[in-house]
Amino acid sequence: MKQILLGNEAVARGAYEAGVKVVSSYPGTPSTEITEAVAQYDRIYCEWATNEKVGAEVAIGASIRGARAMTCMKHVGANVAADPLFTASYTGVNGGLVFVVADDPGMHSSQNEQDSRNYARAAKVPMFEPSDSSECKDYLLRAFDLSEKYDTPVMLRLHTRVSHSRSVVELGEPREMQVRPYTKDVDKYVMMPGMAIKRHVVVEERIRKLSADASSDPEAVGAHQVIRRSGSSLGVITSGASFQYVSEALPEANILKLGLIWPLPVDLIRSFASEVDRLVIVEELDPFLETEIRALGIPCEGKELFTLQGEYSIRMIAHALTSNTDPARGIDSKDLPVPPGRPPVMCAGCPHKGLFLALSRMKVQVTGDIGCYTLGALPPTSAMDACVCMGASIGMAHGFDKATDGEDSKKTVSVIGDSTFLHSGITNVINAVYNQSNITVIILDNSITGMTGHQQNPSTGMNIRLNPAPAISLEDLCRALGVESIRVVDPVDTALCQKVLREELDKPGVSVVITRRPCALIPTGKGKKEDRTTVNYDSCTACGACIRMMCPALTEGSDKKPVIDWDTCNSCGLCRNLCRFGALTKGGRES
Amino acid sequence: MTAKREWNIVLAGVGGQGTLVAGKLLGIVALKLGLDVKVSEVHGMSQRGGSVITYVRIGEKVYSPIVEPGTADFCLSFEQLESIRWAPLLKAGGRMIISRHQIKPLPVLMGRAKYPEEIAASLQNAVTGDSKVFEIDALDAALRAGSPRAVNLVMLGALSRFTDIPIDIWESAVTEVFEKKAKLIPVNLKAFHFGRDLVQ
Repeated sequence: MKQILLGNEAVARGAYEAGVKVVSSYPGTPSTEITEAVAQYDRIYCEWATNEKVGAEVAIGASIRGARAMTCMKHVGANVAADPLFTASYTGVNGGLVFVVADDPGMHSSQNEQDSRNYARAAKVPMFEPSDSSECKDYLLRAFDLSEKYDTPVMLRLHTRVSHSRSVVELGEPREMQVRPYTKDVDKYVMMPGMAIKRHVVVEERIRKLSADASSDPEAVGAHQVIRRSGSSLGVITSGASFQYVSEALPEANILKLGLIWPLPVDLIRSFASEVDRLVIVEELDPFLETEIRALGIPCEGKELFTLQGEYSIRMIAHALTSNTDPARGIDSKDLPVPPGRPPVMCAGCPHKGLFLALSRMKVQVTGDIGCYTLGALPPTSAMDACVCMGASIGMAHGFDKATDGEDSKKTVSVIGDSTFLHSGITNVINAVYNQSNITVIILDNSITGMTGHQQNPSTGMNIRLNPAPAISLEDLCRALGVESIRVVDPVDTALCQKVLREELDKPGVSVVITRRPCALIPTGKGKKEDRTTVNYDSCTACGACIRMMCPALTEGSDKKPVIDWDTCNSCGLCRNLCRFGALTKGGRES
Repeated sequence: MTAKREWNIVLAGVGGQGTLVAGKLLGIVALKLGLDVKVSEVHGMSQRGGSVITYVRIGEKVYSPIVEPGTADFCLSFEQLESIRWAPLLKAGGRMIISRHQIKPLPVLMGRAKYPEEIAASLQNAVTGDSKVFEIDALDAALRAGSPRAVNLVMLGALSRFTDIPIDIWESAVTEVFEKKAKLIPVNLKAFHFGRDLVQ
């Protein structure tokens, strides 16, 4: 049966068909939907892990014990999971083990554009790269077989345009879910120097053998395809999303499409290169294939023709390698008005907005973190000084404290969401307490993992299948970490937020302020219809305080006074708290 | 009527307008026609009230999931302003269908930018060759059908006028895409037909 599946859904289908038993992941765009789709298959155990390192370790454990296991993450999540990955390469597997990593060239929803192929080379782990949904499923099945055959973890590298594109997939029969027998094997699974020295030899031999096998049996081992076209002297080596653009831009070219992109099929590449007069490597981001191919002494072109940044396109490849002109456009847009931008914004009723208004008024320094609240760095609040990676806000605030001998701690706060705090903020708090820091940490507890599309986490009381689960108390947790001053406030009360933050900033030691209110987009965060805001136009002085906070439900009317969109208003009351003239009230008539 | 069974379609709108469902539905239509298809979506941060685009490519064999400038047979703009943003994608001879509905971006709401006037007319004036621009009141048609959320089906109905895809294929695709929310099927079928009647 044929179905149209998102690349991510096809990976999940592949896991089902491969007989995978355990999946543990942390959400991250563009990888999130894989694990969500896995949750639709009842026979697979799946969970949201607290972070990517934990997810990887759960999968490693399940694999050693004999089950097929998978962990999925975005490219920066691979940094967090890198520690177990590098040594799992040494231990090898029992049940098949696959790390799925989704890259984001063009940074549609990421803080950098790192190329995770480098991890495959560095960890000496084989990596497949599919170019559409059908290959997502096919390559995942191959990855599990290869994992068990060669006794190695395998990586599957995705790409935003593969993860988030739908295409046709032929569904197959699911294999039986088997747990292989387990026997204690200290030499293989306990990585101390004496054992690891011997395992490293195995790792190098395995990579050498895989490269040779992928050359001698390119289709079966590496899913490699050579597309030969008579009459062309141009040869292109490519893989993944780039293959799709190349196929349309250069219909006459000879193409070597790599499926297994690490280790490379050296002999196959040599023979392909010898058949063509001009060899071009087309790959987004780093010159990964190009560097390796040049190191083989094979002349080729690559990054002198193409950029190191962002996504490629048919047009870009055609410009570089053909004399084709751009297709004629149906609308000549040069005289059209310039459309105003439509940037992402904090939603109506977003609990982060009130806190950021308070921070903006207090003119404090803010070390930030990864989540919807990073939008607080943009107008109208512009209240963020730095944002690097998951959990970094707290460590950076501690750094500010130590760099200024405690001086900046009176005017610096760190902001971190509930899920991000549980992901990698906890160890930072321990470090700050232990090293006698004076920082003020704000945990923005909106009861969900928001930006990736509302996933449960250990503080929400539900698991991935929305069944009840123990809810970690953030207050109890912080108390146990040694934090003495813990306060909880409603972020809609900006005045109280300011007062509490001022008091905590003036205190020595580590303080935690939890701003608690559910995300406006989840059921518990929906306000009551009868509590929506009404404008009393007689009291309104058109001062603009409410309009300047940029709530999507509150806009400027022709008389500079606010107009409330009752369909959008979430009844949070933030605008009412900001109005000094009592012109905004709860309930009443539609304005 | 398009004789060649190959279409590049762009669905432009604002997060939450139902472009993803429309894209999914076109995917099912392609599958029913026995054709290859790719649908490329936007997820993540830009969905929060941002400008979103769904690309749909249907044909005997589709490689790239992206509709590039000057290659869209059809550009369906679910909101007026977005039609200008994505106009460069329309190919010579292509058709642009614009819903008259306006969703003002925040910079406009805050009085920091102006929402352009007479958008459809400016696009008409900028048309090259035999390209065509249609403006329809998709929201009104959706409300008449029974739900403001059915704008996406009105837009697809309008699109269906310009293809030779049999009507029963469209109807069965509507039924399939809403199979888990069966009570929505009648409203959406109605919206589809209203949309079909809006263009000639």
